Formats: sequence, C-alpha cells, structure tokens
Amino acid sequence: MSEPIIKIVDLHKHYGHVKALRGVNLEIQKGQVVVIIGPSGSGKSTLLRCINHLEKPTSGHVYIHGVDLESKRTNINQMRAEIGMVFQQFNLFPHLTVLENITLAQRVVRKRGKEERERIARELLARVGIPEKADAYPGQLSGGQQQRVAIARALAMNPQIMLFDEPTSALDPEMIKEVLDVMLDLARTGMTMVCVTHEMGFAKAAANRIIFMDEGQIVEDTTPYDLYNNPKSERTKLFLSKILH
Amino acid sequence: MGVTQEAAPPKTTVRARKSFGEQMHSFPWWAVIMVVGLVAALIGMLGNQYYRDAFNFIISPPTSTEIAFGIQITNGLRMTLFTTIVAYLVALIFGLILGIMRVSKNPILFHASTLYVELMRGVPMLVLIIWIGFVVVPAWRQVGEGTSWLAPIARRTAITGVQGAILGLGFGYAAYLAEVYRAGIESIHRGQMEAARSLGMSYAQAMRYVILPQAIRRVVPPLANDLVALLKDSALVSVVAVPEILQMARLFVSRTFRAFEGYNTAAFLYLVLTLLFIIIVRMIERRWHASV
Repeated sequence: MSEPIIKIVDLHKHYGHVKALRGVNLEIQKGQVVVIIGPSGSGKSTLLRCINHLEKPTSGHVYIHGVDLESKRTNINQMRAEIGMVFQQFNLFPHLTVLENITLAQRVVRKRGKEERERIARELLARVGIPEKADAYPGQLSGGQQQRVAIARALAMNPQIMLFDEPTSALDPEMIKEVLDVMLDLARTGMTMVCVTHEMGFAKAAANRIIFMDEGQIVEDTTPYDLYNNPKSERTKLFLSKILH
Repeated sequence: MGVTQEAAPPKTTVRARKSFGEQMHSFPWWAVIMVVGLVAALIGMLGNQYYRDAFNFIISPPTSTEIAFGIQITNGLRMTLFTTIVAYLVALIFGLILGIMRVSKNPILFHASTLYVELMRGVPMLVLIIWIGFVVVPAWRQVGEGTSWLAPIARRTAITGVQGAILGLGFGYAAYLAEVYRAGIESIHRGQMEAARSLGMSYAQAMRYVILPQAIRRVVPPLANDLVALLKDSALVSVVAVPEILQMARLFVSRTFRAFEGYNTAAFLYLVLTLLFIIIVRMIERRWHASV
C-alpha cells in the first residue's frame, strides 16, 4: 500500500477528566470512503475534528500526506484548505448569499479571481442540484438545501479529503435523501471521505470501510458487509441491535 | 409518518379588536405630552426677553470662540454636537479594537484590553475628564517644554484642554463600547468560526469576513443607544470649559444672574437634541431590522 493520506497515531484527547479519545490508531488511503459509527460520546466527532485540527489532541499525532498537524512548522491554514468539512448544523454564513458563501474562501484563501471563483461556485451549485439559489440567503433555504450549499462551499476549495460530521442529523426526514445523494455522488468520484453518520443505507452503498467506536477507542474496523453479518465484539452487536430497529 | 394534519382555525374576517384600555396603553401619549410641552415651552420662552437672551448667548455667544481640531466653533449647540460626534467616532473605532482584543486568545492583548476597560469603567466619567483636562494635558505640555527625548514628540502632539476633554470622553466611552462589541462577537455561534477556519481562513480573516460583519450588525441597537447616552454625557466636558450648551448657560448665568432662564434653556436644548437623536436611532434600528 502507498503512503496513507490520513495517518493517526496513538491519539488521545481529554476534556478535563473526560477522556474523549483514548489511543486511536488509524490509516486511511486515498480514495477510501470511511464511515464512523458509535454511540454518542464515543469520540467519533472528536476524532473527525482532530483530523483538521479544530480540536487540538492532548497527545498523539495526525499526519496528512505525511505532514504532522501537531508540528509547529506546519501551516495549519494551508492544511485545512485541503480538508473540507461539513457540519451537523451546516454553519453557513448567514450574512452572505449562497454564492458569496461559496466564493469567500476561494477569494481570501485561494486568491482566485472573481470570474473563476464564481464559475466554480455555479458549477458546484449545479452539481448539488440548486443552481437557482445562488443569490438566496441561507435563511431562505431548507435544511437540505443549506447542507448542500455547505458541501459545495467545502468542495470549492478543491479539497483532497472531505469530512462529514453527522451531516443529516439536523435534517427533517424528507431532506436526508437529497444530501445523501450528493454524498454518494461524491463518493463515486473517488473523493477520500470520512463520515460520522448513522445512515446505514449510505454506509452500505458507499463505504469501503466502517469503523465502530466506543468509549474513545476503535472497536471494529471492517467492511459494512462484515459489520452486519459477523460483528466481532458484543458491544458492536448491542449497538447494531439498537440502531437497526 | 404519524403526523396528523390539524384543521386550520377558520379565518375570521372580523379583525381582533383591541380593548379601549389596550388602545389607551399602546398610543404614545407620553410623546404627545412631551411634544406639546416642548412647543408650549418654546413659545413661552420666545416671548420672554431673558429667555431670548439666554438662547442667543448659547447659540451665538458674543465672545467665546473655540478652535477644536482646527474647526472654529462659536455656537454652544454646535459644540455639543461636535463633541458628541468626535467622541463617538473615537469610541466606535477604539472600542472595536479593544473589543477584538477582549476576545483574543493572546494573553498580552487580552489582559491589556481588560486592564484598560476596567480602569476606565472604574473611574467616573466626570473624574476622567477633569483628570485629562487638568492633569494629563498640562503635564504633556510641560514635557514638551522640557529637554527630554520625549519633548519633540510632546510638542508635536500637544493638545488643548478642550481637545483633551473631547478625546477623554471618547476614550472613556470606548471602554463601554468595547464591552458591547465583545458581547456581540461572543454571541456569534462558534460554528461560524469553525466553518471559516475549516475552509483554511486564518483567525484574522475569519474575524474580518465572517464574525465581525455579523457581530456588528447585531450590536447596532446598543451602539446607537450609547450615542444618546454620550450626547447627554457631553455636558460633562463643560467642567474644563468646553463652550458647549451647559458651559454657555453657566457663563450666561454668571453674567446675568438669571439662573432660572439660563438653565431652563440648557435643559430645553438638551431635551430637544436627545429626542431628535432618539428618533434618528429608532429609524436606524428599524432600517436595520428590515435589512437583516
């Protein structure tokens, strides 16, 4: 195997007495689609947020393309521009239009010209299926539309990795599919994706790997098929029985 | 899904009527009474020679002329407005810088700004203005007259007591506005900063393009309120003889011994100005709410 695009070594994260991550080791290859599941408080979001350094680990290392995020010499802004992130609460910029949301970072981080960044933004809006919403404000969009804009905003930076932090958990049921469809589409293009989600349909359809986390550790790291058909640990079985009602 | 569609209540063509008591309560009687009172007072005052003298003295005094920041001001009313606007601009800009420092993770910036804010808020505005007018300004002038290495700088930046008082008012209010800005910045959900940073923006870029535009929009109403408060506090600079409304009224009284007319006129002018400012502020707020 070639050098992994994400390499996590003995990662620990403590919040006071709470140990959110307790020694996580993980390697993700380019082009892999990894789904992380686990009960709430198992550390899956924390792990995701460590990958683009929104959380600073207590100890351990995260390497992106072999570059250590913990190193003082690493330009974290430059690294983050290569790692898109989609949040549970969308976190669109409410004072900017959809188009401005997607062009802002292209302008101030990538230094792209007006024409180029708007062309890219409109292409992406078409790709996520809402080209007509370019001039709307986020507050005028449904949750599903907002989340699709958020995905377009992240993609506009041409990231090499996309992180999804429970992207459908804040959505009404009828809007979940439109967001998952965009994610499925993205997975087919060969994007490296790490998704914290409980959408098992998505996991089955798109994921190469599924990771089950509990109490800050990786309990199982396998394929979706194996996770369903022969889960190794009792904890996994118990969790699956709860979410697959 | 098991959501049952509840029948919408039948649309009534009869509009819900407010009771007489509710109508009496929502009608701005206070404003009517105040406007009628002010107009009556104005008519009464203009019919009286002493009041006319007081008005004349305050609005176009015979002698006192003040040059503040290169602008010659001979009108007490104008001096009050000038003081208010200059001090407010100083407070708006310096307060914003302080407010950003107050939320900074850099310990030097945070503690320096906190020290400043707590010092300024710990001293009455009146004391601050007297201290700047009678201690800082003369002391700085003395430095300028000396031979130390600071002397050339002090000579170039020497200010008058009037300018010192106006700046003092601004720097004092900057501490209050800093807290307003800080509260505005902290009211923006932290997901906004995280989203901006996750796109590769630096902290400064995220502040500039994402956090501040939202925070400042949110604090326009309290900032505007402080403008009205500052207008009233501008009377404080009269203690260092800035020839604004109150100072001119005091001069008038000391010359004519007509305390009643002199101070009534000053109070009247402040009330009219304050009301005008409140109306402007309300209009700005309404515009703002409509556009946000």
